Amino acid sequence: MSIGWIIVFIAWIISAVSTLGSLFFSEVMMLPPCILCWYQRICMYPLPILLFSGLLKLDKSVFRYTFPLALIGWGFAIYHNLLYYKVLPESASPCVRGISCTTVQLEWLGFITIPLLSLFGFSLILILLFIYRKNYEN
Amino acid sequence: MKTKLFAIIAVVISLIAGYFMATYAYKSSQDKATSGIDQTIFLRDYAPRMGSTNPKVYLVEFFDPECESCRAFYPHVKQILEENKDVQLVLRYAPFHPNSLNVVKILEAARKQNRYFETLEVLYKYQPQWGDHHNPRPDLVWKFLEEVDLNIERVRNEMNDPAVLANIEQDIKDLETLQVRGTPTFFVNGRPLPSFGLEPLKKLIKEELSK
Repeated sequence: MSIGWIIVFIAWIISAVSTLGSLFFSEVMMLPPCILCWYQRICMYPLPILLFSGLLKLDKSVFRYTFPLALIGWGFAIYHNLLYYKVLPESASPCVRGISCTTVQLEWLGFITIPLLSLFGFSLILILLFIYRKNYEN
Repeated sequence: MKTKLFAIIAVVISLIAGYFMATYAYKSSQDKATSGIDQTIFLRDYAPRMGSTNPKVYLVEFFDPECESCRAFYPHVKQILEENKDVQLVLRYAPFHPNSLNVVKILEAARKQNRYFETLEVLYKYQPQWGDHHNPRPDLVWKFLEEVDLNIERVRNEMNDPAVLANIEQDIKDLETLQVRGTPTFFVNGRPLPSFGLEPLKKLIKEELSK
């Protein structure tokens, strides 16, 4: 088991936990996902599958096809958090239909919210993918 | 290779198991949360009622006159009341749609003229027109109300009665306490449906009736 493999393995676990976690919020806790949540889901959900394919027999180029999704998802997560924590005004948000993107639906320990969890997940995956590329891709 | 495969399988199994365990834990905590709750939260005195006056089973429905599935459930709920004389329906509001608050106020004003259920039925009947999600026409509600034997002027005057507004506020507060997030949400003697649908509802009512 090389260190490179372990890094991709951890990124895969994080993406799988994020995917199942978001499904838990919507399907079990019945929290309706907002539009921005959906965009982040679009980027997150393929990651466990792609990283898994890269893992089985470690594909050295796994970075190339997982990084774009992780980066786009991370971008949405940043934007969502800026709205959520009122750094950006809500009028600039695309949330017209359904649930508002700034409704606080869940707050654990007083600060852990769903958009923050998403940002955390995407950031970790990005960092791990970067470390992998820098040190182990070749 | 073997250790890798083992690690991957271990993670997959523990994630899936973790998901199901969390689901089970969450559902049973929800069940406990509502069973420990003071029953008055379901049966507020002011709430409109239908069916038995001395019921064995209270069927509490949080509903929204603008919600399509509440509309679809209504005839079935009525049938349940007809078939089971020991059931009382207690209606509570969950005004989740943009125009529902106004329509709820109209309903409450109609109630003062003893035309509550007639008004509700007319509202449901024309809901696809006034409550269309792509092109809502709340202004049409007044036209449809003419079908009910109502003093419309009085409805307009009484729909903003502070006492009624306070009751609606209370319903909204109870929604949050009970974590009601969709409509219709049913509670049968305070018990939530194990899964959404007409059959689970009928089954739970039968269960409570046979207690």
